[in-house]
Amino acid sequence: MSLWDSLKIAVTALRTNLLRAILTTLGIVIGVASVIILVSLGNGATSEVDKQINSLGTNMLVVFPGSSRIGGRSVGAGSDIPLSEADMMAVRDKVSGVTSISGQLNEAATVVRGNANWNTSVGGIHADFTTVRDWPIEAGRNLNANDVRSAARVALVGQTVLKELFQGEDPVGATVRIKNVPFEIVGVLTRKGQSSMGRDQDDTVLIPMTTARNRITGKSEVQAEQVGNLYIKIDPSTSIATAQEEIEGVLRQRRRSTGGEKAHDSFSVRNLSEMMKARTEVLSTLSYLLAATSAISLIVGGIGIMNIMLVSVTERTREIGLRMAVGGRRSDILQQFLVEAVTLCLLGGIIGAAIGVGASAVIAYAANWPVIVSPDVLAMAMAAAALTGIIFGYFPARRAASLNPIDALRSE
Amino acid sequence: MTASEPVIRAVNLVKTYRMGDETVNALAGVSLTIDPGEYVAIMGPSGSGKSTMMNLIGALDVPTTGQMFVDGRDIGTLSSDELAELRNGKIGFVFQQFNLLPRTTALRQVMLPLLYAQPPPADAEERARTRLQQVGLGNRLDHHPRQLSGGQQQRVAIARALVNNPRILLADEPTGALDSKTSVEIMTLLTELNQQGVTVILVTHEADISEWARRKVQFRDGVIISDDRQEPRRGGLVLKDSAA
Repeated sequence: MSLWDSLKIAVTALRTNLLRAILTTLGIVIGVASVIILVSLGNGATSEVDKQINSLGTNMLVVFPGSSRIGGRSVGAGSDIPLSEADMMAVRDKVSGVTSISGQLNEAATVVRGNANWNTSVGGIHADFTTVRDWPIEAGRNLNANDVRSAARVALVGQTVLKELFQGEDPVGATVRIKNVPFEIVGVLTRKGQSSMGRDQDDTVLIPMTTARNRITGKSEVQAEQVGNLYIKIDPSTSIATAQEEIEGVLRQRRRSTGGEKAHDSFSVRNLSEMMKARTEVLSTLSYLLAATSAISLIVGGIGIMNIMLVSVTERTREIGLRMAVGGRRSDILQQFLVEAVTLCLLGGIIGAAIGVGASAVIAYAANWPVIVSPDVLAMAMAAAALTGIIFGYFPARRAASLNPIDALRSE
Repeated sequence: MTASEPVIRAVNLVKTYRMGDETVNALAGVSLTIDPGEYVAIMGPSGSGKSTMMNLIGALDVPTTGQMFVDGRDIGTLSSDELAELRNGKIGFVFQQFNLLPRTTALRQVMLPLLYAQPPPADAEERARTRLQQVGLGNRLDHHPRQLSGGQQQRVAIARALVNNPRILLADEPTGALDSKTSVEIMTLLTELNQQGVTVILVTHEADISEWARRKVQFRDGVIISDDRQEPRRGGLVLKDSAA
């Protein structure tokens, strides 16, 4: 008997007990729907992380001063001799592929406007900072090289500071005081959102590096021209790894690091997109773990299918006997019941996929959560449903095929 | 294979069943030859071995010892698939309880054996339609069993049995579930088919029904006790002993 004829018989048999068929497939429906929803949510979360990686600034490297040791005890990251303007110039000039570079010297300080105040992170930066970080200006102007050279008392404000101190007023041209020094606000930064570590990146005020050193942070005892951390943007055609090696080489030479080994460097170069990629992997592992969990309901559903197929074989013993009498081989009977089980599972799979896609869309809309339904997931879920049918349909089908035709014909 | 070769040749058939600790001889040495075109009634009370004989003629079962040739093939030597193929191509079954598939049209019922043929014939639907017309149901092709009377259902079953031009039409109590008037109609149909050249083997315990055949083989306790040729009755009411 051809597969097509078996399929027609299966559809007829399932329509005979339509309600029972639908109830039987509920396990498969739930399994397939939850697989699709969970994997789609996972895909959405992964793409969100990708977006965060891009928001960090693509092709970006960060250099931190290393940790110093006092009497064998580590004092912590950033406690070593600070990076200097000269270090920055050397990196800019000697490393190939550097398109822009900036320091960021941070200090927590209270910003006062009239009788309102807000404690935030004040960052001294170079003119290229917003370019390196892919962080455009929303209103007013950016800081420029002139501001840095002349140590101008001008500032850019982030969205959080804007909200706390200006409540919707236009801040450009207004004056705020930081550590009692008046600053004119010349520009507003666009919203950057949370960093990958959950820090509010918009809670900041940016001022020229020179002004920060002169007025806010004070000069370091060991390094008059400290620049804090270095943010370096690399040309996309240059490999990040190569650039990282070159930067390490230049700084090692300048800072006379002993041994030439990473462990002894008085600085560390971090590739932020690599850190984020690790997070992406964790997320996708998590989403596949969730998918595996919901696959358990496919197994439970499969047991339901097996149960109802056994009932069906018992109910249709005479029919099986007749089919054998008119020439049905054991393989024909096996095929017929397998096709029926797979059809049942695919029916559940289709209903489950519809529910899964629908629910994903609802979640995406209601929770404002990115949800990505990929065709791969749909195909995978269908294949899993069909496989469930074959695995759990096999035992009942074999039982049907191994019936003795005489006994089967005589059964009531 | 020539037309004169017997369609059924049983040689010293023995069939034993185990029932608990006992072994029961359902058939205890039966030899029988049936030629093409014959109209045979196999008679006997319950437990006489006639049902076992029918299973062997129908290639549903194989003998314990002895040989059973169906259309020249020794069924004891055939595999399960070869037996299925033999049933499919050479034997048409008609059962007491019709054994039609629920929720299936008459046309698809009759097509069923052709779907199991290797390979399935391309003109299956046409052949099924012709057979249904032959049994007088040309206007009931799309009816389901529930929409048909008992006699009509048995006609569908006969059309199904005939659809692949079998060598033998094997009818097991074909009128057992029918009233006497319908029984006459069905027996008349079987007689007509026999006159057209189909070998018909009836298995029955009813003397009235056996009267329609031209040869009567009586079984008792697993052996043949008589094998007579007779003048068959033609038409007329069958007076049944019981209402069943």
